[in-house]
Amino acid sequence: MLEAAAPETPLIEVRNLRKVYQVPGGEVVALDGIDLTINRGQIYGIIGMSGAGKSTLIRCLNRLDTPTDGQILIDGQNILAMNNKQLMTMRRKVSMIFQSFNLLMQKTVARNVRYPLEIAGVPKAKANERVKELLKLVGLEDKADAYPIQLSGGQRQRVAIARALASNPEVLLCDEATSALDPMTTQSILALLQEINREMGITVVLITHEMAVIRQICNRVAILDGGRIAEEGTVDDVFVHTRSAAGKRLFGILSSDEEDTVADVPALRVVFDGGKEGMPIIAGLVKSCGVDVNILSADIKPINGKPYGQMLIESPDDPLVRLQVIQYLTEQGLTVKEVRS
Amino acid sequence: MNWSHVFWQAPYKLCMDGWNGLGTFLYNNVFGFVFERSWKILWPALGETIYMTVLSTLLSYIIGIALGVLLVVTRKGGIKPLPKFNMALGTIINFLRSIPFIILLVMLLNVTLAVTGRMTGTMTISFPLTISAFPYVARMVEGSLMEVDGGVIEAAKAMGSTTWQIIWKVLLPEAKPSLINGFSICKTTILGYTTMASVAAGGGLGATAVTYGLSYRQYDIMYAASIMLVVLVQVITVAGTSLSRKKDHRIR
Repeated sequence: MLEAAAPETPLIEVRNLRKVYQVPGGEVVALDGIDLTINRGQIYGIIGMSGAGKSTLIRCLNRLDTPTDGQILIDGQNILAMNNKQLMTMRRKVSMIFQSFNLLMQKTVARNVRYPLEIAGVPKAKANERVKELLKLVGLEDKADAYPIQLSGGQRQRVAIARALASNPEVLLCDEATSALDPMTTQSILALLQEINREMGITVVLITHEMAVIRQICNRVAILDGGRIAEEGTVDDVFVHTRSAAGKRLFGILSSDEEDTVADVPALRVVFDGGKEGMPIIAGLVKSCGVDVNILSADIKPINGKPYGQMLIESPDDPLVRLQVIQYLTEQGLTVKEVRS
Repeated sequence: MNWSHVFWQAPYKLCMDGWNGLGTFLYNNVFGFVFERSWKILWPALGETIYMTVLSTLLSYIIGIALGVLLVVTRKGGIKPLPKFNMALGTIINFLRSIPFIILLVMLLNVTLAVTGRMTGTMTISFPLTISAFPYVARMVEGSLMEVDGGVIEAAKAMGSTTWQIIWKVLLPEAKPSLINGFSICKTTILGYTTMASVAAGGGLGATAVTYGLSYRQYDIMYAASIMLVVLVQVITVAGTSLSRKKDHRIR
């Protein structure tokens, strides 16, 4: 897991954010009192189903959408109180990439990347030099004179990332940046975002509906549901100790969770929460307690290289043996719960 | 020239003397006749038509592009929404667009006099032509600009662009291929308007065709002028389409 190099200082603070859309015949509450703190150097994930308000939330962060109520502080400055000019300066510090890349289709790759420098009035020679650097960073030096139509989706997103980095931002907002890409390309784009975060110290805020994205690169995650934050915390914590219904629905891993799983026979639920990497738990159990282990179901996935998930094993009939089993598993650092049929 | 003579003789010449014979016959009886006699009439008329078309198109584009941009920028959900202004502008443009050119030409006679110092003539007609065409151009430009992907404009906004920067560096360049196409469509429309110049004693191919066809019953000149108009429209359309395609980098 990535830890921020800098001390944990808040960069983005969202306080009681509300966004209400007026529609014919009433209003739609997109955001209903959001509180969030995103620290400098973090990769912060916001996940939710369609319509949970995640897009609205990230668009409020650079004021592409104006919230109805609440406060957003970026680097201590209230962006909702900014005038047009301050807003433009702020937006150069808070870059954004999009699901549909949003490149200028009539301009070459190099011109696309140069655009933020052009509007900021950077001298041409200096801008061209920076464009070269940025294209090298995203691995597209040889595509400088190509037009976006000639590039693949992944390459287009790389151009968009280079363009977003041109103004030396502090924050990179990613609005479903990998949702239009295939899994392989998603991996490479996520790796690039991680590299940017690590090498340049840029804080990354990303919204997605894909678990894999959160699992792969985020430090912290917030689960958004119905315009509210259902759950927030470190990725490891939120994944294992999912408390909210929204979280349980979202995560395949602690599937159909505790309340709803019913075993046909008395069973034990063994929860893997990141410890005991590569330990032969079952073999150990068989050896030390001398019981036959009957696995009813198992769903374990690696997150940041550590095992997460749960396994349901048949509970031994003998209460003494059962106690022994529970004790052994607990000693191994696993959480065990009895499940009645 | 005797048209019925041509009509009956042509198949006969083709049968008796083959294609070469027909060619000679047609040259002697139709084209050569038309060219020799009408060259002095048609050549200046072509110049006048091109002059009126190009001048009016350019003038109406200067006004039309500005208005088209205003329409798109100030619309609801645009870069700088001003709904009331947008509605007022849209209404005026629709009003002007709904007056047929030939009526506007007459309505504007006094204004034309005040502006150009004359009431009639080839050059003078470019004024009412511009007035009649610019609302059309504005709507055309509006349509082209509306085609620009909203996401790209949003991205430009998110990068901290000013409204002017979005207009100059994003909206217009991204709409360029469509604007070029619209330009050639407007030019052919204005070319069509110029043919009504005869009403205001203007010149050009249209006026020539009407004058010689209607008043003198010299159909050869009328046909020749019409053919030249058709060729002109073809040239404008083909050139516009190919230029638009060439400038469109969304085509691989």
